Amino acid sequence: MKTKILTDEQIETGTKIINDFSITVATVNGSGSQTSNAAILRAIFKMGIPVSGKNIFPSNIQGLPTWYTIRVNKHGFVARKREADLLISMNPATFTQDLASLKPGGAFFYADDIRLPITREDIVTYPMPVKQLIRQVDIPAYLKDYVANMVYVGILAQMIGIDLDKIRQALEFHFKGKAKPVEINFGVVSLAAQWAKENLEKKDPYFLEPMNATAGLILTDGNTAAALGAIYGGVQFVSWYPITPATSLAESLQTYLPKLRKDPETGKNTYVVVQAEDELAAIGMAIGAGWGGLRAMSSTSGPGLSLMTEYLGLGYFAEVPVVVWDIQRVGPSTGLPTRTSQGDLTFVAFMGHGDTQNIILMPGSVNECFEFAWKAFDLAEQYQTPVIVLSDLDFGMNQWMGKPFEYPDRPMQRGKVLWEEDLERLNGKWARYLDVDGDGVPYRTVIGNRHPKAAYFTRGTGHDEYANYSEAPEDWHALLNRLKKKFETLKPSLPQPIVEEMPNAQINLVSFGSTEPAIREARALLHDEGIASDFTRIRSYPFTDTVKEICSQYERNYIIEMNRDGQLHQLLRMHFPELAPKMISYAYTDGLPLTAKQIYDFILLKEKQDE
Amino acid sequence: MSEHTSPTDVRVVVNAIGLTKADYRGNPSTLCQGCGHNSISSQIIAACYELNLLPEEIVKFSGIGCSSKSPFYFLNRSFGFNGLHGRMPSLATGALFADHTLRGIGVSGDGDTASIGMGQFKHLLRRNMRLVYIVENNGVYGLTKGQFSATADQGLELKSHGINPYMPIDIAWEALVGHATFVARSFAGDPKQVKELIKAALNHNGVAVLDIISPCVTFNNVDTATHSYAWGKNHETALHELSYVPRAEEILLEYDEGETREVELHDGSVIVLRKLGRDYDPTDREAAMKVLEEANRCNCLITGLIYIDPDQPSMWDIYQLTDTPLNRLREDQIRPKRETLDELNRIFQA
Repeated sequence: MKTKILTDEQIETGTKIINDFSITVATVNGSGSQTSNAAILRAIFKMGIPVSGKNIFPSNIQGLPTWYTIRVNKHGFVARKREADLLISMNPATFTQDLASLKPGGAFFYADDIRLPITREDIVTYPMPVKQLIRQVDIPAYLKDYVANMVYVGILAQMIGIDLDKIRQALEFHFKGKAKPVEINFGVVSLAAQWAKENLEKKDPYFLEPMNATAGLILTDGNTAAALGAIYGGVQFVSWYPITPATSLAESLQTYLPKLRKDPETGKNTYVVVQAEDELAAIGMAIGAGWGGLRAMSSTSGPGLSLMTEYLGLGYFAEVPVVVWDIQRVGPSTGLPTRTSQGDLTFVAFMGHGDTQNIILMPGSVNECFEFAWKAFDLAEQYQTPVIVLSDLDFGMNQWMGKPFEYPDRPMQRGKVLWEEDLERLNGKWARYLDVDGDGVPYRTVIGNRHPKAAYFTRGTGHDEYANYSEAPEDWHALLNRLKKKFETLKPSLPQPIVEEMPNAQINLVSFGSTEPAIREARALLHDEGIASDFTRIRSYPFTDTVKEICSQYERNYIIEMNRDGQLHQLLRMHFPELAPKMISYAYTDGLPLTAKQIYDFILLKEKQDE
Repeated sequence: MSEHTSPTDVRVVVNAIGLTKADYRGNPSTLCQGCGHNSISSQIIAACYELNLLPEEIVKFSGIGCSSKSPFYFLNRSFGFNGLHGRMPSLATGALFADHTLRGIGVSGDGDTASIGMGQFKHLLRRNMRLVYIVENNGVYGLTKGQFSATADQGLELKSHGINPYMPIDIAWEALVGHATFVARSFAGDPKQVKELIKAALNHNGVAVLDIISPCVTFNNVDTATHSYAWGKNHETALHELSYVPRAEEILLEYDEGETREVELHDGSVIVLRKLGRDYDPTDREAAMKVLEEANRCNCLITGLIYIDPDQPSMWDIYQLTDTPLNRLREDQIRPKRETLDELNRIFQA
């Protein structure tokens, strides 16, 4: 090696950087690197070291550059970092750019058939004989392309100390225990690791050492978590249309439903999944099913939600329970379909023409993706209204650590549904839109109820308490105000903010959704600068007064979010105008998850200005 | 049908399940006097009454437009959902999954089906959902006061919109091309045929499209237009007379074999077709296309059962659902046991 960054002595004396670095893998989209990257990630996780993995990928099937970033951090800070400490370069098209992006002192692994000049001397370089090693593997020629990326897994494992046995376990997870692909892939990993052991000299300071920080935790993505949560919430009807980044939610449902939701005696299905012709039909079906008494849902992203808006407005007005997941990507328009944002908040809050209101749930971890998935059905059915769950691409498609999923802690809340025996008891006297209990929530019946008084006619047009068509001003006024009352009733049932305090905090960081890891880390960085902060994560909309009470305690509330206009900031100021002087917006969107550094820099500057 | 003497000694006519015709009625229609749609509503009532269907086992759906208001005017004891413009097929599809023992009747119009709804209409056919899909077709937008619809004849002249320059969409043709398993056309002014076709459609195990020419008395009743009363009455060519006969009855035997064509439906019931002058086989898709194309060429209105394929699997056959309707499953049938989640957590764990 030409460049020697560390002497053996330095390594011996503890200049080693252990369990605190990030790795970027640069590959060509469609080359099968996902399996390799997932194996590295899960193997590190299985070594007990906190880790996260994010795929920065193009809207393309095959051929364009893609990057996978892995953050390893012994303190558990696993938000994205902008710079890589280690870079694996498998893509000639981005070789030069990747090389330039590496931090000084970093390690650069590259496929040695990329014949481009290495122009830096402040880094360590490791050539990888990918083609040469793959030639030695005794597998059919057509498989060789698929496993070529396992070479960098083996070499990286050897150089930073990933336990090979954990890689085998990770591959077993990935291939769901199928022996043959595990053997083939692991064969390449072992071969490459052996080659590295014999041919490469460790010059960089980055090392992994087993820890015990992930014991009992799980590693999964938000879309899988949402699908499982929906299944344990008793989802019965799913209609969807493919759209990145929501597709894997419906596909996870299709994977797990057949395993978990067949009648044990007959083998018949207790669920339905329909791939609709478009989002207009997907929501139409889900609204129909919700009206029919099924736990119904759809999953989509911004453009799909735009198409669903009219039916969701009908759902609000005709009082139909339904759950829709919005896995946010970057808009406006087609935007950046494979990048993340929190840009749909105000759209969803006001979605629908006329005076429409929507319940929004905002999960902030994979655990909440699971939890809110089943709770969303309870809320939708209890209050007979659409519930939108705002996730995003970063949650939906990237790998996050979390606690084990918790089984629902209460029976399903199916809401006010009258069946035959109930109508018998009432002598058939009931009215669909009558506010019997004074809480704005009426009773409903569902199709198949054979009682002769069960039926009613559902419509998006004006109606009276008996569901008859009405254009009477007093009926319209009363109906709209009852709906408003219903939303006042339901507010306390929504997930309330989570507050994390720090001694002597004068400021409050306020956010929702997937920005939590970056904020958590930024707070630690600020703390090192003598700035203590509290943290409030908002989890639902409409807001309750709890949000106001929390924010009013601080002179400065930093509202942090991934969009241009500061949409959470807008909503908070609109609902609590008296707090406007106490709110400072940090809104940033470039398609990538926020980093701690961005938040830290912004707040530090503001706080120093104040001094 | 039989007559019973009620305790108050009033003679009430009831059907085989003891319901009177009033049990199938709807609210008074608010459509225009003489609208063909009202006549279709009456025949839906008559068909359900005569088939002894429990109104609670029928669900009504519609989109937006004059036609789509009509479900409020029949079967008050049936649930109904008046959805969005052109998007009744998706609504019905989702809803009917809630209870697979129910039958759906969807009422649409030419504006609702042949414009915004064309996509959902076509996909409904592909899926073969068990739904009677009636298009009350008048070639005109009534509720917005008389614009051309996509089924309006080319060259049709209307008072405020001039001459229609575009070719019309033929709903029966679209249904046939789209693999509908039951395609029929009728004329609202021929109540007997409308009723018999509705009865046959209600017994079809799949999607049944009825394109019923239903003249708009207010906005499109130019005597030379295809969708007018006068034109329809003069140009109607009945393919065959058709009557629905439940298998339990043996009336079949009275028919001369040489003159009948029997089509057995999925539930074992049989449609008997009486041919008038032409030997027409409604199970022959090519023949059906030919007859529609010929009708198009000779500018005449073919009525009757144009095509039927009773053997295609319906959506229910595909989905393999529990015998208990999905919306009656208990919590323990739809929430997997705790141990299964423990097992999943183990797989995801370090």
